[in-house]
Amino acid sequence: MIAVVDYKKGNLQSVERGLRAAGAHARITDDAAEIVAADAIVLPGVGAFADAAATMDELGQTEVIRRRIAEGVPFLGICLGEHLLFEEGAEGAGADGNPRGLGVLPGCVDRMPRQDAEGRAYKVPHVGWNTVDFPAGAPENPLFAGIPSGTYFYFTHSYIAPDGPFAIAHTTHSVTFPCAVQKGNAFGVQFHPEKSSDAGAAVLRNFVEIVKAASPALQG
Amino acid sequence: MLAKRVIPCMDVKDGRVVKGVNFVNLRDAGDPIELAQRYDEQRADEVIFLDITATSDKRETTVDLASRASAQLHLPYCVGGGFRSVADIRRMIAAGADKVSVNSAAVDNPQLISDAAAAFGTQAILCAIDAKQVAGNPNKWEVYVHGGRTATGIDAVEWAVEAARRGAGEILLTSMDRDGSKDGFDCAFTRAVARAVDIPVIASGGVGKLEHFAEGIIDGEADAVLAASVFHFGEFTVTQVKEYMRSQGIPVRL
Repeated sequence: MIAVVDYKKGNLQSVERGLRAAGAHARITDDAAEIVAADAIVLPGVGAFADAAATMDELGQTEVIRRRIAEGVPFLGICLGEHLLFEEGAEGAGADGNPRGLGVLPGCVDRMPRQDAEGRAYKVPHVGWNTVDFPAGAPENPLFAGIPSGTYFYFTHSYIAPDGPFAIAHTTHSVTFPCAVQKGNAFGVQFHPEKSSDAGAAVLRNFVEIVKAASPALQG
Repeated sequence: MLAKRVIPCMDVKDGRVVKGVNFVNLRDAGDPIELAQRYDEQRADEVIFLDITATSDKRETTVDLASRASAQLHLPYCVGGGFRSVADIRRMIAAGADKVSVNSAAVDNPQLISDAAAAFGTQAILCAIDAKQVAGNPNKWEVYVHGGRTATGIDAVEWAVEAARRGAGEILLTSMDRDGSKDGFDCAFTRAVARAVDIPVIASGGVGKLEHFAEGIIDGEADAVLAASVFHFGEFTVTQVKEYMRSQGIPVRL
């Protein structure tokens, strides 16, 4: 079973349906015990970093998810769910500093600049379909199996992940930023595969394949 | 590079598409979901369902529509029409809508935009603005509300700036002068708003020819173009529009 983590911000049905269409048994849950027992975890993305991190703490999800990722359980964070993989986020910072994420990857999720290096203005939020580019010459990542570099995916966000060796794909708006990250079996994507038509469905199918490979018991 | 978007808009009443739909091979032309799926196949970038249900007790049908849409559509969608409160918006977001658009209620109570953006994120809140050019002043446009029946005296460009400042994530800008005219977008109006705000602007109202779509992007400086009847009546497919836009050097997803 793939646990689709509910942190009370709504709009999880399309992720659940997308995973089911990809051949997985997926269930929306806010229950830490179900997350402990799941074969894989999907953390969808809506709302603000600080709110989501606080709600996950209250529901006892943060520690459980962090531990399961450390155990090598496949994980997919989508949009805000990708951001939460990082140590901290600037969105919703309070008097006591930035809210803390899962800390699986290093760095701070920060606001997307409204200007590029040459001073040209860009619209933020970054809304719409943009290309996802893979590093030239890199071997195909299993999450993007069968998907060519330059394929369009749907984005809607104002904050971006920091760059680093964990980045497996990039997208360019005002700046070039990592739109997919990986550490072991833990993946994060800035775009919304559940809203990205055929290309998005392919990513979800690939993730389900990764889950099946990690957990042969998982079927249907 | 971020693609410019093409967005079909459907007027929905009691859960059914109104305004004539003349689509070949459509099993049920009145079903908004089936129509949206057809547009998805044509590479529409998102769709907007505009709820024109007159009475609030029938709004349940629109919540049901959002719920079905999130189960069956693989592209983003926005629901507009009739939201008066954060609670109204919450029901639609909880049903699965990616975005909602607010119009008259936000003009009456701009705090609605601030509160909704704080609750659901700026990316979820579109501010729809309907406006007419002020007679004798080609560089001034006035906001109208209640389906275009009521003039407000509010300057449309100033209102767009205010909506963006309060947390609207996009502006859906309709020129009432051009709506239904097939004369093309009001590009001066679109450009005035697009230059005044730092959030995306969707141009709406007036499309009749393929050239108009490209004009909205190039002359109007819009980030997205919206149309209804030319798609519903099958005059153009979304694919045709995008192929034309690409031939004019506009980045599109095909």
